[in-house]
Amino acid sequence: MLSALPGVLFDGVAYGSLLFLISIGLSITLGLMNFINLAHGAFAMVGGYVCVVSTLRLGLPFGVALVAAFAAAAIAGAVLERLLYRRLYGRSPLDQVLFTIGLTFMSIAAATWIFGSGQQPVRLPESLLGQTRVLGVDVGVYRLFLIGIVLALASGLALLVTRTRFGARIRASVDDARTSAGLGIDVDRVFSVTFTLGSGLAGLGGALGIDVLGLDPTFPLKYMVYFLLVVVVGGAGTIVGTLAAAMVLGIFDVAGKYYVPSAGAFVIYALMVVLLLLFPRGLLRRAR
Amino acid sequence: MSVAFSLPDSRWRAGEIAFWVAAALVYVIFPSDLVLASQVLITGLFALSLDLILGYAGIVSLGHAAMFGTGAYTAGILARHGWGEPLTGLVAAGLAAAAVAFVTSFIALRGADLTRLMVTLGIGLLLYETANQAAEWTGGVDGLSDMQVRDLFGVFPFDIRGRTAYLYTLAVVFLVFCVARRIVHSPFGLSLRGIRESPRRMAAIGSPVQRRLVAVYTIAGAIAGIAGALLAQTTQFVGLEVLGFSRSADLLIMLVLGGAGWLYGGLVGSALFLVAQSRLSRLNPVYWQFWLGLLLVLAVFFAPGGITGAIAARWQKGGRR
Repeated sequence: MLSALPGVLFDGVAYGSLLFLISIGLSITLGLMNFINLAHGAFAMVGGYVCVVSTLRLGLPFGVALVAAFAAAAIAGAVLERLLYRRLYGRSPLDQVLFTIGLTFMSIAAATWIFGSGQQPVRLPESLLGQTRVLGVDVGVYRLFLIGIVLALASGLALLVTRTRFGARIRASVDDARTSAGLGIDVDRVFSVTFTLGSGLAGLGGALGIDVLGLDPTFPLKYMVYFLLVVVVGGAGTIVGTLAAAMVLGIFDVAGKYYVPSAGAFVIYALMVVLLLLFPRGLLRRAR
Repeated sequence: MSVAFSLPDSRWRAGEIAFWVAAALVYVIFPSDLVLASQVLITGLFALSLDLILGYAGIVSLGHAAMFGTGAYTAGILARHGWGEPLTGLVAAGLAAAAVAFVTSFIALRGADLTRLMVTLGIGLLLYETANQAAEWTGGVDGLSDMQVRDLFGVFPFDIRGRTAYLYTLAVVFLVFCVARRIVHSPFGLSLRGIRESPRRMAAIGSPVQRRLVAVYTIAGAIAGIAGALLAQTTQFVGLEVLGFSRSADLLIMLVLGGAGWLYGGLVGSALFLVAQSRLSRLNPVYWQFWLGLLLVLAVFFAPGGITGAIAARWQKGGRR
């Protein structure tokens, strides 16, 4: 049992990386505008389908497909933000929940209509298949690749947020949107840009995740709980908190399914309730 | 939302009486649609229970099916193990669901809206998984069948066309509705609306906010449990989907389309939703989901009070003249 532990941990980290990639946009938009976006998974699904169409129907290389997935989800995010989301900032949580559930339902129906209800296959490049040995543990090359990409992106995001002027604007707006606006920061624009970026990252995560999470029209509902969970446990608006929460959840979910398969999804839901009770304001409690 | 801070006028209006007479007339006018009509009433009662916590106390719950499912399984398991008397089964189901609601209320009511949303969602999913795992008791994915529900009052058997079931459902729903109506029109109900508008001010004027919320959450749980038990007894079957997320989500949708914070909102919403669903999903279930999604988006933008909300606003204007 214990001999499998390193492998399980590794898979958990790979899974957690995906959760992080998809959830980070949700975390920042939630922190910025207190907007409860249950439709966030739909952007990841858009990325996934764009990746499938580009690789299998258009025959594009995997790398190009990933870029296309990012771009498509980002554009979808930008358009919807401008047309619809923007009008609901400051409305009650109930309105936001209903609006985004409606959007999720429409995305599921549309995906079923266009692609059918089955699981989508994915064709990974040869170089990402197979196993390799790292520190004496057999690991999948693709999962290693995933972790690598996510680490790179997470460091990039951390630099963006902590070292650039735009990052400073994001942090200021998350801390206190009103005061920031008073100081001349265009909070609406900051939000549009982060929403677009977050949707794009979700799309990229959806594309990268086909091999791990699967892809079918129910994707936005199936993983909605996970994304929300990462954000709520991690504490909205923080990169480090989101990363930590994603890793904890990823590892526990994979380990739970491996060691106590009969419990099914029980482990993750129980963990969620416990974590929420212990850390009602996120793992890294932000002083306010 | 307009709030009148005086005890609401609790006299029965003509429109309300007409509503219940119409519900009774369904038995005569649509004898072949009684199964659907029972579903509408049961779901309407379930929506009413959510309305108590959402529309009146302002708690958004994404896991209200937890209590509905508890009631359904309680009644189902009792009927399967030889306790098929329907009325005591209802009471037992209501008590079991109230117990679940009471215990979970202490964790579900903590924190801000988002945390509440997540915790209620989590509790719902936990119960779903529990029912899924305890297949020995619940039948797991196959559902709980061969229930033996005895004749109502020992006289009226539950027939295949759902005639007894409809009258039984109508009577129970009406009685529970009267209780809910009384609660809403009581000082307790008024204090809930105060809490919805501003918990801080209510606390400041000496209202025990947390205790009131626990109380209404428990009452709503009991009502949801009774609705679940009605479903179990009248269909003689309990499937896992009584606890599913989509039941909670659909419920929220019905209530909001019908109008939250208005006693008839749940019943009207459930009637519109279920009739539309049974007509439209016959064409294609996927289209149904698409149009439902679109309707929700439009409702959020153009009709924040829901259908009965709009009617109520008109009524109130008329009444103040």
